[in-house]
Amino acid sequence: MASATSDGTTRRDFLYIASGAMGAVGVGLAAWPFIDQMNPSAAVLALSSTEVDLTPVQEGQQITIMWRSKPVFVRKRTKKEIEEAKEVNVADLPDGLARNANLADSAPATDANRTIKPDWLILIGICTHLGCIPLFNQGEFGGYLCPCHGSQYDTAGRIRKGPAPENLFIPPYAFMNDTRIKIG
Amino acid sequence: MRISLPLGLALAALVSTGVLAAEAGPGVALPPKSDVSFSFEGPFGTYDRAALQRGFQVYKEVCSACHSLNRVAFHALADEGGPGFTEAQAKAIAAGYKVPAGPNDKGETVDANGTPLTRPGILADHFPAPFPNEEAARTANNGALPPDLSIIEKARNGGAHYVYSILTGFGQKPPAGFKVLDGKYFNPYFPGWNISMPPPLNDNSVTYSDGTKATVAQEAHDVVTFLAWAGEPKMEQRKRMGFGVMLFLIAFAGVLFLSYRKMWADQH
Amino acid sequence: MSAGESTYVPKTGFTRWLDSRLPIVRFAHDTMLTYPTPKNLNIWWTFGGILAIMLVFQILTGVVLAMHYVANDKMAFDSVENIMRDVNYGWLLRYAHANGASMFFLAVYVHIFRGLYYGSYKAPREVLWILGVIIYVLMIATAFLGYVLPWGQMSFWAATVITNLFSSIDQIIPHLGTAISTWLWGGFAVGDPTLNRFFSLHYLLPFVIFAVVGLHIWALHVPGNNNPVGIDVKGPQDTVPFHPYYTVKDAFYLVLFFIVFAGLVFYAPNFVGDVENYQPANPLVTPPEIVPEWYLLPFYAMLRSIPQKLIGVIVLFGALVTLAFAPWLDTSKVRSMRFRPMMKPFFWFLLADCILLGYLGANRPDATWNLGGIEISLVWPARLGTLYYYAYFWLLLPLIGLIETPKPLPDSIAKPVLAAAE
Repeated sequence: MASATSDGTTRRDFLYIASGAMGAVGVGLAAWPFIDQMNPSAAVLALSSTEVDLTPVQEGQQITIMWRSKPVFVRKRTKKEIEEAKEVNVADLPDGLARNANLADSAPATDANRTIKPDWLILIGICTHLGCIPLFNQGEFGGYLCPCHGSQYDTAGRIRKGPAPENLFIPPYAFMNDTRIKIG
Repeated sequence: MRISLPLGLALAALVSTGVLAAEAGPGVALPPKSDVSFSFEGPFGTYDRAALQRGFQVYKEVCSACHSLNRVAFHALADEGGPGFTEAQAKAIAAGYKVPAGPNDKGETVDANGTPLTRPGILADHFPAPFPNEEAARTANNGALPPDLSIIEKARNGGAHYVYSILTGFGQKPPAGFKVLDGKYFNPYFPGWNISMPPPLNDNSVTYSDGTKATVAQEAHDVVTFLAWAGEPKMEQRKRMGFGVMLFLIAFAGVLFLSYRKMWADQH
Repeated sequence: MSAGESTYVPKTGFTRWLDSRLPIVRFAHDTMLTYPTPKNLNIWWTFGGILAIMLVFQILTGVVLAMHYVANDKMAFDSVENIMRDVNYGWLLRYAHANGASMFFLAVYVHIFRGLYYGSYKAPREVLWILGVIIYVLMIATAFLGYVLPWGQMSFWAATVITNLFSSIDQIIPHLGTAISTWLWGGFAVGDPTLNRFFSLHYLLPFVIFAVVGLHIWALHVPGNNNPVGIDVKGPQDTVPFHPYYTVKDAFYLVLFFIVFAGLVFYAPNFVGDVENYQPANPLVTPPEIVPEWYLLPFYAMLRSIPQKLIGVIVLFGALVTLAFAPWLDTSKVRSMRFRPMMKPFFWFLLADCILLGYLGANRPDATWNLGGIEISLVWPARLGTLYYYAYFWLLLPLIGLIETPKPLPDSIAKPVLAAAE
């Protein structure tokens, strides 16, 4: 495209560059709603926290509640189970990290780092191997046994034996009072 | 005002020229009152937060006895562009409602008296309906079905002005010879003039916590504002974004126009 | 005209490699960059590009809406409310898609009337025109299917009225019409099976439109664009490369179009819609007035102007089919109405007629006009309007072309452009 004068060229080019740039910016801004609509909607986010009443759970028992579409075990541990968990040497564990969303990533897998109050064990009930739901109070370690490939977890939900690479994850949660927790 | 485009243009053009007879016979609804204005009207309109909260109070204390609001979730009360409750306040409001609960551990859906099980509401819940189904609603209201109010202003010609006119249009004397049917009430803003809803608002039907005088007109104005929000919770965001988009497009058009002129200068 | 040699020269190793295997860059270069376009195209030629953009826009907004929409009669209405309230920017996408359909039809009507005025349907562009009619019919089908999806009162009852039209075939072949209606419904009336299949078809048809648009643009590029004076391009002095001349010009008018579009979406999103559709579908309650969206009103007026159902249906579909015959019905030697002094007023009358039919379609069937104290049912102007529409194509286009003396055509495209003698 022939340019009329050298003076006109500069002005023309600037205009064209400005047009192109504005067009690109416009398309970019317009693209955002198309992308963001796939993010969780307000209805889904409203369910991002779940509150759990602890009173129905007896010592030695566990309930399973759904949180963010995942099963969460809420377990009231017996004194024996707590002691067994405390006695374990963290260095012997296949996975030495606490996997606790309430703590730093590097926190070690001591029993204290796996709970907030020692008698309440709150875990995401998904085996860290391939995602099956472990069975309560089974296996050699008194914790959980995953029926799919035989992973065994102890009374703090830590992997002890079997193919699972990591301890069961602890979700973010807090005690609202002695009988109520809020997960997420 | 929300009148469909073709009908609106048609009526405007032809009523003004007198060609299309603007029928005003008995039963033909009066046009909605135009002598009231709302803060949310116009391209820069916003919802008056205080009016939204007062309107919510009117809905809660008066309208919710018969009318559901089942598309509005409790968490929306804390959303931007809404009544401006905090999340804690919205949570407390939700917890004050009883919503239907699923089966208990024994699989029962009703308690010992046969009443359906309920639980306190959480943010994720929607406002529960006053009646469990349409039949129950009709039985309680002489065969009439009180419509859900979530999108009532978008579902009626005249929108907010229509609802306001209905609420403030009671109490007039019907014209001579007009028969008000049994169980119905006279309201000239309602098509047919026989409305099944008894006048819902009186002076001081509610006591506003902010001390505003609760006349019928005030209560109507506030609940109409609240219902406008209930139907269009994203209105403020929409108008704000619209302003930015229009500015951008007008600037972009300007730049493109100059480019176009420059580009074509050698062709003319 | 696309008969010229391609001037694309791949500059890099990769582009040479690609060009010898799949010359897609060459194709884009030839059809969108160097494509010789008459230099005298005016604003009415920008709507083709606008339509292409709107098709892509509707597909994009439609696909993301389909990520949240549920095509089930118990959940559809609520899923749309979920989109409006809870999905991030859902309100924006929904309003954009709904108003986008209206803008799409606005543009297609400008585009069609441009074709009628400037004789763009005449030889050698007959196939181009017919492809356009096919696109228009597919658009109408797509819009109708899409309007049913929110499952509001108007969605349901429009579906009922239109699918019931098929039962008129019973008058020709007994039971066939009812069999067709039942087959369309998947039941004994419009219901959940209908909604599901309408969703499937509404998702499908835009891609069919996309393919036909491809053929349409191909059919355009063979003879090249028509132009406002309607005379053929004689050589390169009459054309400019599409880029940058028409890319910039089309971009400018596209942005103006989007300003109108944005005005609707952000400030009057329910203006062209019907309030009735904010009520969930109720098979037991018919709305006081069943009206289609504005862009279908002229056809609605034609349909209702004929008391006999089957003839009314034939008249409606006949109006669309009539368009396809325009290239052969028009006997004029001259393309553009600019040079057809006798026909031009009839064209404007056709435009006014379509607008009038639209207005009539919006009114109640029992509405009347009060002319000097006499009540005239609106069905009479609707009949006259329908008659004129048919007469324009079947009587006026053939006859006027034979008796008219056209104004002298300019010698060339380039001369009037240089002399600014438009």
